[in-house]
Amino acid sequence: MNASRTLATAARVLAQLRHDRRTIALLLLIPVVMITLLRFVFDASPQTFDSIGASLLGIFPLITMFLVTSIATLRERTSGTLERLLAMPLAKADLIAGYALAFGALAVVQSALATGISLWLLDLDVVGSPWLLLLIALLDALLGTALGLFVSAFAASEFQAVQFMPAVIFPQLLLCGLFTPRDTMQPVLEAISNVLPMSYAVDGMNEVLRHTDITATFIRDATIVAACALLVLTLGAATLRRRTA
Amino acid sequence: MMNYSAEQAAPPPHGPAVTARDLTVVRGPRTVLRGLRFAVPRGRITGLLGPSGCGKTTLMRAVVGTQANVTGTLEVLGRPAGDAALRPRIGYVTQAPSVYTDLTVRQNLDYFAHVLRPGRDHREARHDAVTRAIADVDLTSHENALAGNLSGGQSSRVSLAVALLGTPELLVLDEPTVGLDPVLRRDLWNLFHTLADRGTTLLISSHVMDEAERCHRLLLMRAGRILAEDTPDALRARTATATAEEAFLHLVDEADSRQETLR
Repeated sequence: MNASRTLATAARVLAQLRHDRRTIALLLLIPVVMITLLRFVFDASPQTFDSIGASLLGIFPLITMFLVTSIATLRERTSGTLERLLAMPLAKADLIAGYALAFGALAVVQSALATGISLWLLDLDVVGSPWLLLLIALLDALLGTALGLFVSAFAASEFQAVQFMPAVIFPQLLLCGLFTPRDTMQPVLEAISNVLPMSYAVDGMNEVLRHTDITATFIRDATIVAACALLVLTLGAATLRRRTA
Repeated sequence: MMNYSAEQAAPPPHGPAVTARDLTVVRGPRTVLRGLRFAVPRGRITGLLGPSGCGKTTLMRAVVGTQANVTGTLEVLGRPAGDAALRPRIGYVTQAPSVYTDLTVRQNLDYFAHVLRPGRDHREARHDAVTRAIADVDLTSHENALAGNLSGGQSSRVSLAVALLGTPELLVLDEPTVGLDPVLRRDLWNLFHTLADRGTTLLISSHVMDEAERCHRLLLMRAGRILAEDTPDALRARTATATAEEAFLHLVDEADSRQETLR
């Protein structure tokens, strides 16, 4: 692995995005618009907004980075640029770290904007530090990038790649505790939710929502999300083959 | 980035750039290449000719090391094909332009130059290499255009420029002149000859037989086998024909009748 090649890759991914202003605008604005909408949906019950709003701040980066990465990597695979890169002296880790870095940076901007507006304009009531919200959001973004990279190996077209979003993300969304606390679910579903990474992302957000300082649960949650991201990134690396049939 | 010092330090080229013995490639249920034996001499242009679907691309991918399920012996620049040490020494241009359509020509080349020669110390060398590669393929006036907005011929030249970046010892070009106008085709063949004169080995595939005359040596392929391996002159003399196309057809008929008698 080579830091210069990783940085060059990240810069290249960001340069590609820079030529696509509409995608950047959509990435940055949609979470803000959604969270604003949510604020007024729960106009009568601010507590509900607090809990769902905080969870969503963690879920947005995961979903958007999942979509962006799965399409970007799929394009890289189908356009032949991936084959070209892998025929060059580029380590797979350079490529993956470059993507993670670029989309991570984008996720930081996206989350900072959504979190800032939620806290200061929409009166989202969070007891803990906003930096911790941002940390979980960043880890979620990395998890989304990792998942996107991984599933892109199993998609032959953009159509298929987009269908992985309901397949991979929706079950986690339903079971992560956003709609109802996980311990009130049917035990089998609760057990499943215990092994899905998004559950811990939402748990972590709720820890920050309710506690002033860093709790042990928060550290556990953050570690699990980070470990999952790393694990899936490694699995994603295994799907990049220098030799293909 | 002509790496003069490295070139001087390199041992004098000896033996062919590519040697294949019993080279067989299986893709799914099909055997695409069947026990090929051939050699690609150093510092020369070797044309790989044959009808579409005869296995030219698979052969090139095997040489570059991106093809799976390769058996037999395939030695490239003194190492087994696909060896990690070969990656910076080979330039490969696929049939479809493998460039980022949402980057400009220069941004594309800058990135690939970074991959080949990372680090701050090489910034100037990279810049020079990129500028030269763009000039080599005659795209200087388009260097700030998005690759996706270029014409088909222009974007395939961007792809070629990427392969020229590292001054590779072996250039593997898969139908580089398809869809180009006659003037550009001539210019590119001149460029290929300049590169060969500088010592680069070129393996160029084409299904247009009139390009055969511009190669030093030919590999004629059909249905996963090598029909003939010789210079264009020798092939024409051997088959008593006037053009490479006629020579090819003659060899095909010959091979077919041999099959008939075997049956």
